[in-house]
Amino acid sequence: MELKPGSRWKSAVCDTEVVVVRATQGGISLECGGHPMIAHAEGKPEGLAVAEAHAAGTQPGKRFADDVSGLEVLCTKGGKGSLSIDGREIGAKEAKKLPASD
Amino acid sequence: MHTALLLEMAAGALAERTATGPVSHGVTYAELAARARAGGVWLEARDAVTVVYIGLNGPMLPTALFASAEIGRPFAPLNYRLPDAELRRLLARTAPSIAIVDDDMLPRVEGVDGAVLVPRTAFEAACADPMNRQAVAPAADHDIAVLLFTSGTTGEPKVAVLRHRHLASYVISTVEFMHAEEEEATLVSVPPYHIAGIAAILTSVYAGRRTVYLPTFTPEAWVDLAAAERITHAMLVPTMLGRILTVLEARGEKLPHLRSLSYGGGRMPQAVVEKALALLPHVDFVNGYGLTETSSTVAVLTAEDHRKAISSDDPKVRRRLGSVGRPLPSLELEIRDPDGEVLPPGQSGEVYVRGEQISGEYLHRKVLQDDGWFATNDAGWMDDEGYLFVEGRLDDVIVRGGENISPGEIEDALRQNPKVIDVAVFGLPDDQWGEKVACAVVCNDGRPSADELAAWVKARLRSTKTPEVWAFRDALPYNDTGKLLRRQLKAEMTAQQPATV
Repeated sequence: MELKPGSRWKSAVCDTEVVVVRATQGGISLECGGHPMIAHAEGKPEGLAVAEAHAAGTQPGKRFADDVSGLEVLCTKGGKGSLSIDGREIGAKEAKKLPASD
Repeated sequence: MHTALLLEMAAGALAERTATGPVSHGVTYAELAARARAGGVWLEARDAVTVVYIGLNGPMLPTALFASAEIGRPFAPLNYRLPDAELRRLLARTAPSIAIVDDDMLPRVEGVDGAVLVPRTAFEAACADPMNRQAVAPAADHDIAVLLFTSGTTGEPKVAVLRHRHLASYVISTVEFMHAEEEEATLVSVPPYHIAGIAAILTSVYAGRRTVYLPTFTPEAWVDLAAAERITHAMLVPTMLGRILTVLEARGEKLPHLRSLSYGGGRMPQAVVEKALALLPHVDFVNGYGLTETSSTVAVLTAEDHRKAISSDDPKVRRRLGSVGRPLPSLELEIRDPDGEVLPPGQSGEVYVRGEQISGEYLHRKVLQDDGWFATNDAGWMDDEGYLFVEGRLDDVIVRGGENISPGEIEDALRQNPKVIDVAVFGLPDDQWGEKVACAVVCNDGRPSADELAAWVKARLRSTKTPEVWAFRDALPYNDTGKLLRRQLKAEMTAQQPATV
């Protein structure tokens, strides 16, 4: 899968949708609920379910960054599955207190 | 990442929350998104590239901005306050374009080659038309989000290019998605063609905060609307804040719902900040420093910084009230000398920034360096804890006999004089020194003599920084977003100088 910045992906097994904020060198698989995510415009495969080990859920507005690959995605729609890369769970970025000016 | 996605996210998460207008009959996020999509469908069918907006602040502004984003057309709000001839010249530079124009402004811009005009009411109707609402606009591939004409205080206006990735990166790195509480409302009075106006739309939508528009600014109307709409947040340019404080003081109005006031877009006199903190102790004051070319804010003096500075006896901490705070954690900021060498704390040079929100690009001309750094053309220095003090445009620095003199420092010293209301310092040509320090000053009734003011400066700075030429005026010239027109003053006073023999 080509995880270009700005590209949009959706879960094959739940409502989760993400957009790539920072790209990576490639050769990795971004998954949700234990299954590879699919391009936003494509149809969902049938018969798949959220894997038990990847069912922590996602929340819109949360950013997920993977230190190993450098990939960062923003969750635009939440769902039941959680995100992983090549089977390795990636956590939400610590929300730092943002000094918003407006 | 695309700015249209910000509204899509808001509409998905908080569909029924009011996005713009009064709580009782405002527009919800779901409705704003539906209008923007319909507007996009309608615009897509026109033969034009750029979508121009000529009009007052109002709920159609975010609709038009997001409609343009939906179909990947650049959005270019123009300064309707310009004289007709100048406005028409800017409009011509946007061709081929479609211009959404306030109905009563149409006669001012009719007949400009390459610009198709549409009355704002007609565009509004297109956004409500069921035919447009059912259609789907094709996916966008153009990546310019906004084109903004710089104010042109230093010459012919340039067109700054802000791409979707710059603006979206600014928003997601400074705003927590949907963190606003239901009762929060922001009052936008900065004009549509100012970067702060664009940033306010995007950050409010992403935060889930209701936006109320003041069509055109007067301090009385601002206070009335803030009270009536229970406004909790607002952004102001310095001249606006000063005038609002005067109205609040006269009326004894406290605006109990107000929680946060951010200001920026020009140098804020420290006396005004001190007065604001005293008059509105329940309000958080935030100073944001940024440029059009940097997608707005790059440094912030937080509410906590304000409180620490105002209550400190340490002059080093106290003077931070006059700083613009510290750089955003999502970007890098350096002070460099004219050779490009990075300067240590305390030394003045040019402010450089680098980060994902920095565009550093004008139409047909990229000024970003290859390594991503952008030279702001602002002079400034940092203290040893990273607080940035901006001294003004680099072009305004006075070079007197090889010594660089910052007008800001002299202006600050003079503003501390109780008889001084407003002041501008600039260089005038001088045969002996290259430039000499000149000062235009507005004083209250107890008008001091030039000698008295010169002695005041000399006691605080040093003699080379003491103005040699003084002009007492009734007012100083500002543009409508509060930028001092220093160049105009300089030209006037150069012309008035007696010819040297």
